[in-house]
Amino acid sequence: MAQLSCKDVALGYEGKAVTEHLSFEVNKGDYLCIVGENGAGKSTLIKALLGLKSPMSGTIETGEGLKPTEIGYLPQQTQVQKDFPASVREIVLSGLLNKCGFNPFYSKKLKEFAALQMERMNISELSDRCYRELSGGQQQRVLLARALCATGKMLLLDEPVAGLDPKVTKEMYELIYRLNREDGITVIMVSHDIAAAVKYASHILHISHTPLFFGTKEDYIASDIGKTFADTKDGGAE
Amino acid sequence: MEIIQKLGEYMQYDFVQKALIVGVLIALCSSLLGVTLVLKRFSFIGDGLSHVAFGAMAVAGIAGLTNEMILVIPITVIAAIVLLATGKNAKIKGDASLAMLSVASLGIGYLLLNVFSSSGNVSGDVCTTLFGSTSILTLSDFDVKLCIAMSVIVILIFIFLYNRIFAVTFDETFTSATGIKASAYNLIIAVITAIIIVLAMNLVGSLLISALVIFPALSAMRVFKSFRKVVICSAAVSVVCSLTGILVSIIASTPVGSTIVAIDIAVFAIFALIGRKG
Ligand SMILES: Nc1ncnc2c1ncn2[C@@H]1O[C@H](COP(=O)(O)OP(=O)(O)OP(=O)(O)O)[C@@H](O)[C@H]1O
Ligand SMILES: [Mg+2]
Repeated sequence: MAQLSCKDVALGYEGKAVTEHLSFEVNKGDYLCIVGENGAGKSTLIKALLGLKSPMSGTIETGEGLKPTEIGYLPQQTQVQKDFPASVREIVLSGLLNKCGFNPFYSKKLKEFAALQMERMNISELSDRCYRELSGGQQQRVLLARALCATGKMLLLDEPVAGLDPKVTKEMYELIYRLNREDGITVIMVSHDIAAAVKYASHILHISHTPLFFGTKEDYIASDIGKTFADTKDGGAE
Repeated sequence: MEIIQKLGEYMQYDFVQKALIVGVLIALCSSLLGVTLVLKRFSFIGDGLSHVAFGAMAVAGIAGLTNEMILVIPITVIAAIVLLATGKNAKIKGDASLAMLSVASLGIGYLLLNVFSSSGNVSGDVCTTLFGSTSILTLSDFDVKLCIAMSVIVILIFIFLYNRIFAVTFDETFTSATGIKASAYNLIIAVITAIIIVLAMNLVGSLLISALVIFPALSAMRVFKSFRKVVICSAAVSVVCSLTGILVSIIASTPVGSTIVAIDIAVFAIFALIGRKG
């Protein structure tokens, strides 16, 4: 049984399907890149995988001991209000809530765990800074640390590099890649950056109204759709 | 000197002590919740719900209930749940439904009072409910006990759910993705908001409640940048302002509600200046 499997899933809003007939599996340690044009339903799929939105038909199942709430999530845009007062530490800690159980406060052990995640993301010295005063790249790393607090198994990232400069983009990709390689965390990432997708991912899912491709990246590069896409796009990876 | 002596004298009075206790508790509760409400873009909820409470009070008065709270609290709680907890999926968007409910209850409440009221001084009664007048200086023992009990509950809930309230306020989507029932917490926030609003009507009246909810939070947000500091500062500001306001109003015989609001505004101005420099 795979860590995550979708069978003939259809997703949409108010009875209208955005995308349908999605079937794919994600195994432990995979790095799946979801690509597709704007409005193809990538973010909608992510929400469905998180259990925030129920599919119109088909099933989404988790397996291999992965609980549906053990998925770390990095949203496409966090609509944090401009004036929200929150320190980096407060935000990272909030990723631990599901580990608290009935304890209303964070235990010392959990706080140390959060500190560890901040170290991992290289944001320890920022921990008392105000989130909204950080640069876009720093903010993304804070949210990634929060996601890592919520999971050690699977990360869902919705366009994690949108709006970042090429250098920071590359750092972000390397960071995610290391999490995947060295820590064995399964990564599912939405991206418009085909070049990077092809470079880092192990599998590619290309969606439109219906899925256009699902398979390993080697097969994707060889496929017609992969060829046309890879030619027209240039991304942050060299 | 003279003023301090005069204050000392007033402090002996039972009604002053009661007013201070109730004032401090209400200020504390409303400011705790105020931070969340302001950040969730629900600054006007105080206004809306207090108008609902006004309408409910009118109905309770006409029905001849001796204890109005029996009707007012449930109705306000329901209104709060409808507004806050269903906010996102409702067909009519948040601010519009709030405005609708708010003016509708105010209008109907006043209409009912005029048509059915047995009291000779309808506009006087209405003015009292709207601006709070001096009712805080005539609190009964029951009012005080109710207020203490409710405030303790609200404060305990807030402390125990503090981390969850932060998470739900900061990023509802992420929080529900990690398996926390964000909607349940929204519901709790809605219910305690309603209770605080009903209690606070005694202090400042329906029209001025928003000031109590938003000013301390906004002041604190000018200066502090972490959620915890903002909550603590806003509670402190609110308590100090209300205490000062009640004392000033007793000495200068000004209306309690508007005096507190005036002080809140002054403090906000000071904090805004500090925030600019810092
Ligand atoms: N809350 C909503 N209600 C109704 N329709 C929606 C809603 N959210 C998204 N849609 C529609 O669903 C479709 C897919 O949206 P989605 O956000 O999943 O696209 P996406 O692939 O993530 O696009 P992008 O690359 O721009 O992020 C779009 O046509 C959009 O208009
Ligand atoms: Mg999207």
